[in-house]
Amino acid sequence: MNMLETPVAAEPILQIRGLTKQFTGRGGFRIGQSPIIKAIDGISFDVFAGQTVGLVGESGCGKSTTVRTILRLEEPTAGQTLFRGENIYDMNAIEMKRLRRRIQVVFQDPYASLNPRMTVEAIISEPWTIHSDVVPRERRRDRVRELLESVGLRAAHADRYPHQFSGGQLQRIGIARALALEPEVLILDEPVSALDVSVQAQVINLLEDIQRKMNLAYIFIAHDLSIVRHVSDQVAVMYLGKIVEFGAQQQLYDAPRHPYTRALLSAEPRVSVDGPRHERILLKGEIPSPARPPSGCRFRTRCWKATTLCAEVAPPLNELDPGRLVACHFPEPMSA
Amino acid sequence: MTTTVPVLTVEELAVQFRTGREIVRAVNGASFAVHKGEMTAVLGESGSGKSVTATAIMRLLQSPPALVSGGVIRFEGTDILDLTEHAWRKMLGAKIGMVLQDALTALNPVYPVGKQISEVFRVHGERNRRVAYDKTIALMERVGIPDPVTRAEDYPHQFSGGMRQRVMIAMAIALQPTLLIADEPTTALDVTVQAQIMDLITGISREFGMAVLLITHDIGVVMDYADHVAVMYAGRVVESGRVGEVLRHPLHPYTKALLRSAPQALAKGSRLNPILGTPPDMANPPSGCSFHPRCPSATELCRAVAPPRYVTEARLAECHYAETADEYA
Amino acid sequence: MTTPSIAADAESVSIRRSVPIWLLLWRDKPALVAAFWLLLIVACVFVGHPLFVDDAAVVNLSARNAAPGFEHGFLNLLGADPLGRPLLPRLIVGARNTVMVAGSVVVIALTAGGILGMLAGYLGGIVNTVIMRFADLLSSFPSLLLALIVLYVLEPSVANLILVLAITRTAIYLRVTRAEVLELRERVFVDAARALGGSNAHILYKHISPMVLPTLGTILTIDFASVMLSESALSFLGIGIQPPEVTWGLMVSQGRNYLASAWWLAFFPGLAIMLTALSANLLSSWIRTVNDPTQRWRLEAPAKPRTKE
Repeated sequence: MNMLETPVAAEPILQIRGLTKQFTGRGGFRIGQSPIIKAIDGISFDVFAGQTVGLVGESGCGKSTTVRTILRLEEPTAGQTLFRGENIYDMNAIEMKRLRRRIQVVFQDPYASLNPRMTVEAIISEPWTIHSDVVPRERRRDRVRELLESVGLRAAHADRYPHQFSGGQLQRIGIARALALEPEVLILDEPVSALDVSVQAQVINLLEDIQRKMNLAYIFIAHDLSIVRHVSDQVAVMYLGKIVEFGAQQQLYDAPRHPYTRALLSAEPRVSVDGPRHERILLKGEIPSPARPPSGCRFRTRCWKATTLCAEVAPPLNELDPGRLVACHFPEPMSA
Repeated sequence: MTTTVPVLTVEELAVQFRTGREIVRAVNGASFAVHKGEMTAVLGESGSGKSVTATAIMRLLQSPPALVSGGVIRFEGTDILDLTEHAWRKMLGAKIGMVLQDALTALNPVYPVGKQISEVFRVHGERNRRVAYDKTIALMERVGIPDPVTRAEDYPHQFSGGMRQRVMIAMAIALQPTLLIADEPTTALDVTVQAQIMDLITGISREFGMAVLLITHDIGVVMDYADHVAVMYAGRVVESGRVGEVLRHPLHPYTKALLRSAPQALAKGSRLNPILGTPPDMANPPSGCSFHPRCPSATELCRAVAPPRYVTEARLAECHYAETADEYA
Repeated sequence: MTTPSIAADAESVSIRRSVPIWLLLWRDKPALVAAFWLLLIVACVFVGHPLFVDDAAVVNLSARNAAPGFEHGFLNLLGADPLGRPLLPRLIVGARNTVMVAGSVVVIALTAGGILGMLAGYLGGIVNTVIMRFADLLSSFPSLLLALIVLYVLEPSVANLILVLAITRTAIYLRVTRAEVLELRERVFVDAARALGGSNAHILYKHISPMVLPTLGTILTIDFASVMLSESALSFLGIGIQPPEVTWGLMVSQGRNYLASAWWLAFFPGLAIMLTALSANLLSSWIRTVNDPTQRWRLEAPAKPRTKE
């Protein structure tokens, strides 16, 4: 597992380029006061097979919109998502359906993402009723058992209903369902946020085992920095719809260059009494509404270094070092 | 300092849920205390009984199916479970404040926020509306709500999550209560806001000498803010003591495993250390020590006999081998 | 591939000792009585009708408007109508027509309204607009007037009667379904199904319709009573069920003129309508509680609350 070097693997399996999504007032958004909301604006990054890109940010940063747009549950306003070089938004319905076998998703809340009236077997085999050529009908029951065992559950669980399981077990079922079509890319939308700490570790270990075994590419979304740190090769920090910092996990956590990243890391409560701890930075104010983002740099209203330049000019993502991108006029110095 | 008389003591609390043919012992012997000016955290995962404990203390349990089947809860010496509804309500607000997890459901959506805060003053005797209003504005400033005069006219849904929590805190501390009960107050909030809210609570606690009972599942919050901690598992308090000691030298295997399972500054590729198995079914709890099926150092004794309480000065652990663990501390 | 840590998790799945159905019904006494009444009605439909169909038609002029009692024999326990036909057998026989007509109407209305409502709610856009305007059209006609016009123009057969009543009731199912679907389509498991590549038809069939059905079922039971009464009004006007066929509604209408002198003519069929509608309501409420995992405990827990020991 290369953590320190940028991935040298062949072509990226997934390329996100300038993804932008605008909502007009009502529609999927709760903040209904302003007509136009730019949920994400110019998101770009690459994902390689066998590697994990972690997406981290607080509410309003656009993580969920990014997930939904990459899955094409929403059409983007601008930008491309290239799967092996092909733009998915140009695909017709048939091609799109075939693509869905390649890119799958595990959602945050297992209680909500599994239909409570379906048995576990029905839930896991639903993908095959949609894509009937993947597993022949006679083989389906066996395949369900294989999948259940591969995620650490038992074949006997196939006949039970979701409400009979704990959160951690439900999430395993969700993972089994996502694997049913043998995808190449797995998008994990806060997969452990709703679980207890001790169970989180089980599920994370499972996800890592599966990634190793099947050489899957992961996009891992979370708000918990320590988890993102543990699972990712590369990390993108998002704020109000933009990526403010991107880089290899180790470097980003040891020496954050964007003020927001620094503040985020310092706000995270530490988990070991003698563990490393960044000096606490208390940000002033609250996250602005995505409907009325600040002019220029969106972070300036909470940034202790903000100047008039920050209000006028939005800083672009600059490559400060190879593979290390920061969107700030006054990035933090190299030493932590 | 544990030499002073605690503001709140919970002794051997037991709560049952009776549904159909089974009895679920959600809480089965919880004991802890909260002292003036200090924060005691009840730390546990889902199914540990911490939420039920908090609900029992706040007298919000629904009976049936819930039932307090044992134990005493004393606030400043008075048994609060014995109080009449009337006496309890007088105590609430004046002496005990509550901050719950979801402010949106706790606040009335049809009244402006300022009015709801003023109501706390008026219900407890402040007749003069002007005075109540002034106190409300001052309170909103204290909890860090910018531009309070304008914001007092806004409705709950016009506030962000963090701001709503500040409103709840304002209502809870309005009468400078002796005890603040905070049930997962920051779970639904973003990390940066969480830090602000916890700082606010501890700031107020120091200013008024207010005792704080914090219910949480977040070890980090306990570590950064609490003075004492009571770790709950399967309905019992399995370990308690001062935060620094418990977290640096845990005596109970569950506490140790919990601390070890959190993802830390470990690089990708190294495995996490989860706690094996799942929390017990409280309708059919394990024999002997309730943690034994998942304990890496369980023995025959653990399966057969419920562990005794090992108590040293201000420290408590329920494990057959707590004493030996202590020796190595 | 499974490491011990993961396998250990495979162990516990909560298996609640399930409470048998009859016990759940016993715990809800009103629903229990309702179930018995409906069972009785079903018996009337299948067993009672062939048994009493002849007795119901026997004209006995010596027992004209006989009061309830034992004077004219057991069959006249509830009295007799102006032609001396005994009321009790007529009630039993009438059950079949009543249930059949009202039942068909609500089922057709539910199906048509449900499908249209799902399409309108889920697809939105132009489909929604067209269907909703159609629903507005349906709602804007006074239902009885519409029924009158249609049945006057066409012949008043049972099929036409059922059809026209169904049309007037479709709108409510349509609107309720649409409202529920608007909420359901935002739920995460719908997203999950779309991410799997599920088509709209797949999602509507497999996920949405099973979740909408319970609500529609409740409306169905309430609607049932309304339909029985609408049918009675139409029969009274002569364009509903034609004699010698009999329904409870028709009996109520026929008894209208005798309210002062022979109250039992309208009272007993009216009572039958009321009890059936009430029973359907109570039972459907019980079914909802049983099927909802978050409410079911109310029936599973013993009825008497216990005080602190």
